[in-house]
Amino acid sequence: MTSTSTTAAATSVSLSVRDVHLAFGKHRVLRGANLEVPQGGTACVIGPSGSGKSTLLRTINRLIEPDRGDVLLGGRSVLRDNPDALRQRIGMVFQQFNLFPHMTVLRNITLALRRIKRLSDEEAAQVARTQLELVGLAHKADARPAHLSGGQQQRVAIARALALQPQVMLFDEATSALDPELVKGVLALMAELSAGGMTMVVVTHEMGFAREVADTVAFMDHGVVVESGPPAAIFEHPEHPRLRRFLSQVL
Amino acid sequence: MDSLSTLWSTFFDWSAMRQALPEMVTVGLRNTLVLSISAALLGSVLGMLLAVAGLARTRWLRWPARVYTDVFRGLPAAATILLIGVGLAPAGMEIWGPNPYPLGILALSLIASAYIGEIFRSGIQSVEAAQMEGARALGFSWAEAMRLVIIPQGVRRVLPAWVNQLIALIKDSSLVYFLGLLASQRELFRIGQDYAANTGNQSALLLAGLFYLSLTIPLTHIVNWIDRRLRQGRPAAEPDDEEDESGLALAGTATTLPGTMRKDPA
Repeated sequence: MTSTSTTAAATSVSLSVRDVHLAFGKHRVLRGANLEVPQGGTACVIGPSGSGKSTLLRTINRLIEPDRGDVLLGGRSVLRDNPDALRQRIGMVFQQFNLFPHMTVLRNITLALRRIKRLSDEEAAQVARTQLELVGLAHKADARPAHLSGGQQQRVAIARALALQPQVMLFDEATSALDPELVKGVLALMAELSAGGMTMVVVTHEMGFAREVADTVAFMDHGVVVESGPPAAIFEHPEHPRLRRFLSQVL
Repeated sequence: MDSLSTLWSTFFDWSAMRQALPEMVTVGLRNTLVLSISAALLGSVLGMLLAVAGLARTRWLRWPARVYTDVFRGLPAAATILLIGVGLAPAGMEIWGPNPYPLGILALSLIASAYIGEIFRSGIQSVEAAQMEGARALGFSWAEAMRLVIIPQGVRRVLPAWVNQLIALIKDSSLVYFLGLLASQRELFRIGQDYAANTGNQSALLLAGLFYLSLTIPLTHIVNWIDRRLRQGRPAAEPDDEEDESGLALAGTATTLPGTMRKDPA
């Protein structure tokens, strides 16, 4: 994984989410959420369903525009950027993979390289094959996503995001839709990426992963980050009663 | 027995058929194909524009698309063809001269586009929202995501309904004779009808019917073939070679196909 390490370390930047608010009608999904991830750091966001974790992730790359607050990438606000250009700098991995079923694995990865990065077909295929190699799926380049297992599909989705050399990677419950025996492979890949110096925000229910891989664990409830800190502090000495209750239920 | 043989010769008079055959092929079939294929192309392009307009965020696109679809699906094809062919004849005169043929193609295209627009729209709408989100997350604009990711998947899902519409279009092309075509512009139905009127024998019309069937029945089978292929996935599905990962078929291959939205046969 050395080449992932070097590219990630070279391109990743710090991320801060500051006092982000968002309401869908009367429903206030985010009520002043804050999150700090230093360059190369990994933050795991945990919390009950409906606490706003996935929505927070989507305000970072502006798939959802926040009502108020700011998101900084490498110290610069992203809110004035063109959202399409912004998303080219932020990789995102989804619970349901969101691969394009009508394209081969290779074309899933080359599509953005060719159409957005304007690489030639050969260059794009070269980059895509390198990424597939890194996630151990080079032999699946010509397969359709539907012919891959869930774990393989998610690794392709990670390769697709990494091919654009993002400055930050966002993971939205990347292993929640996987059969239990497939979870490990995807988590191992994410851990490697983290160790390689990628700045990552990982929304997850995998407490073991959060404990071992995260630099920061942020506990969200009712649209705010209630408590955050190093994994040891969060898991061994939780302070907030809601975090304690949550941990007592999931651990 | 006599009446039975009269009946037989009314429909199966081989010599009457043989007499009509050359003109049926060189003029009728050619014109039916020209009318149907040009209207299929134009109607599909217009239909795609209607589908996208019908899904647009602004109602200034959605509304006109809705009204257009309601009007052209709600009118009898014969009425539309006459209204366009006769109503626009003065305008057509300036562009094409005294030739009703282009207006016939236009009318057929406008009718087909209303149905095809609805077919495409239902297909596009059936594509999961996650696909759009996935494409946007990569940095594609809404329009690029539609063009590269959403529309190709949506159209694939409604190919059978689209081909059904082309079958309807072939049949509707017989109505263009209303516009008063030149002898060389007559399509299958008109030629059959002319021979039938001249001889008092329906065999030429039956022959025209056989020509229609020779176009529409293979298309019907193509629909079924496409449908099967879409349901089963591609024939060259390679087996998964990693035994630790059981194959999950998640990526939307087993989508239900929206039915055809064709009007009742006239």
